[in-house]
Amino acid sequence: MPVWTLVRIFIILLVLLFATVGGAYLPLGPLHFPVAMTIAVAKAVLIVLFFMHLLYSHRLMMVVSVAGFLWLAIMVALTLSDYQSRDWLKIPGK
Amino acid sequence: MSAVAVEFQEREDYLQEYTLKSWLLTTDHKRIGLLYMATITLFFFIGGATATVMRLELMTPQGDVLYSPDAYNRLFTMHGVVMIFFFLVPSIPAVLGNFLIPIMIGARDLAFPILNLLSWYILMIGGAIALWILIFGGIDTGWTFYTPFSTMFSNTMVVPAAAAVFITGFSSILTGLNFIVTIHTMRAPGMTWFRLPLFVWAIYATSLIQVLATPVVAIAIALVAVERVLRVGVFDPALGGDPILFQHLFWFYSHPVVYIMVLPGMGVVAEIVPCFSRRPIFGYRFIAFSSIAIAVLGFLVWGHHMFVSGQSMYAGMIFSMLSYLIAIPSAIKVFNWTATLYKGSVRLDTPMLYALGFIGLFTLGGLTGLMLASLAIDVHVHDTYFVVAHFHYIMVGGAVMAYLGGIHFWWPKMSGRMYNELLGKLSALIVFIGFNLTFFPQFVLGYLGMPRRYYEYPPEFQVLNVMSTAGASILAVGYVLPLVYLLLSLRNPPDAGPNPWRATGLEWQTTSPPPVHNFDEPPVVMEDPYAYSPEAAEALDDNGTGDGGSTLRR
Amino acid sequence: MTMEPVTADRRSAGKPIAAEDEPILEVQFDDLEQQHEASMLGMWLFLATEVLFFGGLITSYAVYRSTSPREVALASHHMKVGLGCLNTVILLGSSLTMALAVRASQLRAHRDLLWWLGGTMVLGTLFLGVKAIEYTAEYQENLVPGWNFQIPEENRATIEQEQLNPGRFQMFFVLYFFMTGLHAIHLIIGIALVGVMAYLSWRRWFSGGGATQIEVTGLYWHFIDIVWVFLYPLLYLIDVHS
Repeated sequence: MPVWTLVRIFIILLVLLFATVGGAYLPLGPLHFPVAMTIAVAKAVLIVLFFMHLLYSHRLMMVVSVAGFLWLAIMVALTLSDYQSRDWLKIPGK
Repeated sequence: MSAVAVEFQEREDYLQEYTLKSWLLTTDHKRIGLLYMATITLFFFIGGATATVMRLELMTPQGDVLYSPDAYNRLFTMHGVVMIFFFLVPSIPAVLGNFLIPIMIGARDLAFPILNLLSWYILMIGGAIALWILIFGGIDTGWTFYTPFSTMFSNTMVVPAAAAVFITGFSSILTGLNFIVTIHTMRAPGMTWFRLPLFVWAIYATSLIQVLATPVVAIAIALVAVERVLRVGVFDPALGGDPILFQHLFWFYSHPVVYIMVLPGMGVVAEIVPCFSRRPIFGYRFIAFSSIAIAVLGFLVWGHHMFVSGQSMYAGMIFSMLSYLIAIPSAIKVFNWTATLYKGSVRLDTPMLYALGFIGLFTLGGLTGLMLASLAIDVHVHDTYFVVAHFHYIMVGGAVMAYLGGIHFWWPKMSGRMYNELLGKLSALIVFIGFNLTFFPQFVLGYLGMPRRYYEYPPEFQVLNVMSTAGASILAVGYVLPLVYLLLSLRNPPDAGPNPWRATGLEWQTTSPPPVHNFDEPPVVMEDPYAYSPEAAEALDDNGTGDGGSTLRR
Repeated sequence: MTMEPVTADRRSAGKPIAAEDEPILEVQFDDLEQQHEASMLGMWLFLATEVLFFGGLITSYAVYRSTSPREVALASHHMKVGLGCLNTVILLGSSLTMALAVRASQLRAHRDLLWWLGGTMVLGTLFLGVKAIEYTAEYQENLVPGWNFQIPEENRATIEQEQLNPGRFQMFFVLYFFMTGLHAIHLIIGIALVGVMAYLSWRRWFSGGGATQIEVTGLYWHFIDIVWVFLYPLLYLIDVHS
C-alpha cells in the first residue's frame, strides 16, 4: 500500500477526531451520543480496513472481526433490555 | 550394524520416547492430549471426593458429619469450581480434541503446537492455585461467586480463586483458538467441510464458544477481585453498584460454558452411534448445523439463570422464549442419532453403551431444562434440587458418559491396546444404575421443595436423600473401575491393530498408536464420512457370532 | 546462497546471519501461504477475544450510564478533554508509524522498518506519559476510588439538590480508571512486543524479513488504538458542551 494512502487515512482520522471533539461542544441535546458513536465507528472501520489491511485480506478475517463486535452488541443489548424494562410493569422489583 | 535393508520400516510411534523432558516439553498434540487426561483425571477424583463428603453429610437431616455449616458451603463451592473449570470444560476438547482433531482432518499437528503446550501449563498453574485454595480451606461463595457475598462478606480466599479462574480461562481460550485456526486452514486435500467427522464440527462449535464467552467471565471475576481488594463499589449497592450486573456478566459466559461442556459429548456420540449401528449418520448436515446453532443460540439465553434475581419481567420473558428455541437443535440431534439406530446392525460394545446412555439421559436432562425455562415453574424450583438434578443429568449423565465413551472408543487408537470388554460393559452398567439412583430422587426432592446448597433438611426428605447417597456410592465404583482396567490394559502388548472397530474416519487409517506426525503419507480424502453399511456388516459376520465379524476377541 | 537446510541451530548461534529470502516453514504446515493464513487468523481471533474482554467493561459502563445519566455526566466534567485529545492524536500517529513499519517489513526495507518500529514505541510511551500526567492530576484532585476519593466541592451542591446518587458519581471514576488502566496495560504489552520485534529485526533473527511477525504485531497495535478511539468519546466527551 503506498505511503500516501496511509498518510491520507491518518489525516481523515484526525479530521474525524476534531469533528468528534467539535461536535461535543455543539448543543446537540440527545444526539450527542449517537453522533459521537457514529464517528468513533467510522474511525474504527477506517483503521480496520486500511491499517489492518482487512480490505485486502481473506473474507474469513472480516467474519471474525464482525463476530467479535456483534457478540459485544448482543451482550450490551440484552443486558440493557433488562435495565431499561425494569419499570414497565408497575410492580415493585419487576 | 547390518548393511542388509530391513524388510519393513521400523516406525517410531508417538509413545516410544519416554524421557520426562520428552513429555513435559512436547509439542505433539497427541502427548499433550494425554497430559491433559492425567490432569483432569486427578481433578475429577478431587471433585468426586468433595461430592462424597457432601452426600455423606446429606444422609441424615441434621448436620452431623461436618464440623460446621460453613464447611458444607466450602465443599459444594470447591465441587463446582473443580468439576466445571478443571474437569468438564477441558475434558473432551483438551483430551480427545487435542488427540484427534489433527488426525481427523489429515494434518500433522495443530496450527500452533507450542501454544498448545502453553495452554496445558496455564491449566496446571490455575489448577495449582485451586489445589492450594482447597488445602487452605477453600472458598464458600458457590462456584457462581455471587455478589455482594463474594465481594464484601465472604472471609475465604476469593481473590486467589478469582485468579485461578482467570488464568484457567486463558487455557480454554487458547485451545479454542488453536482448534478454529487448525480446522479452517489445515484440512487435507479433499477434506471439505461436509466431509468432516461430526466430532470436528462439534469441537469447532465448542471452540467458537470458548473464544467468545471466556473473556467475559475473566473480566467479571477481575471486577470481583478489584472490588474486594480496593473496596470500590462496582457491585455494592451502598456504593452505587448493582449486584445484578455481576450476574449478567457472569452468566453471559456461564450459560455458554454448559454448551462447551455438552457439545463435544454430542460429537463423540455422533462418532460412536454410526460405528456401532453400521449405518451412516442420519441427517449429517442437520447435525452439523445444529452444533453451530446451539453455539450461537447459547449466547442469547443467559437470563434464564436470573428469573428470580430482580431482573425485569420483560427481559425474563425474552430469555425464556429464547431458551425454548435452543431446545430445537438439541432435539434435532437426538432424533438423528436415534434414527441412525433404526434398521442398523447394533452392537452393544462398551462405547455404544455409554453413547446410548448419553442419548437417554441427555434427553431427560434437556426436557427438565425446558421445564426450568418456563418462568412459572422456575419460580418454584429455582435454587432447589430440581435444578441440581437437571444439570447433573446433562453434565454427568451426558458429558461424563460421553467422555468415558470416547475414551473407550479411542483407547485402542491412543494406546494401541484393548481393555477388558467385560469389565467395560460392567462399568458402564454400574455407572448408569448408580447415576440414576443418585440423581432421579433429586428431581423429586427439588419438586417437593428441598433447597440446594443446604446441609440440613426437614426429616421427611431423608428417604430420598439416602437413595441418592446410595446411588452415589455405586456411581463411585463405576468411575474407579475404568481407571483400574484401562491402566491395566497398558500391560498388554500394543496389538489392537489400526482399526479394531472397523470404523470410518482418517484416525482409523493410521496405526495404533499413530506415528509422531500421524500419517506416513499425507492423506487425500475422496469419499463422504460414515460410509457404513449394515448389509456389509451382516455379510462379514463370518464367525457366526452375530457381531459383524469384528476382530475383537476380548 | 547456502545449500544447507536452515535449522533453528543457526538462529541461536548468537551472531547476525544473512536474512533468508523465504520464511522458514514450520513442520505442521504444508506451504507458506497456509502458515501465513494461520498466523493471521490466529491473531484476528485473539483480537475478537479482546473485544469481548473490554466488552465486559463496556457493558458495565452502558448499564451505569443508562441508569444514572446525570451522575455520570457530572462526573465526566473532571476529565481533561484536551489531554485526552492529544493522546488520541498520539495514538493515531503511532498507528500510522506501525502501518508504515508493516509496509517496510514487506518491502524488506530494513532501516525504515527499524525507524518506524522505534517511532511507534516512542509515541506509545508518549501516550503513557500523558496518561501518567492525567492520573497524577486526578490523584491530586482526590478522584481515585479505593484510594482517596472524595466528592469534589463544586459538585456537592448539585448532588444534594438533584438528589443524585453519590455512589454512581464515584462509579464513573471506578470505570474510568479500570478501562483506561486495562488499556494502558495492553499498551505496555504492545510497546514491549514492538520492542522485541524491533530488536529481533535488528539482529536479523527473522527469516523472510519477518513480514508475518511484524504484521501480526501491527494487528495487535491497531486494536489498542481502536479501543482508545472508543474510550475517548465514551469517557471524556459525555457532557462537554454544558
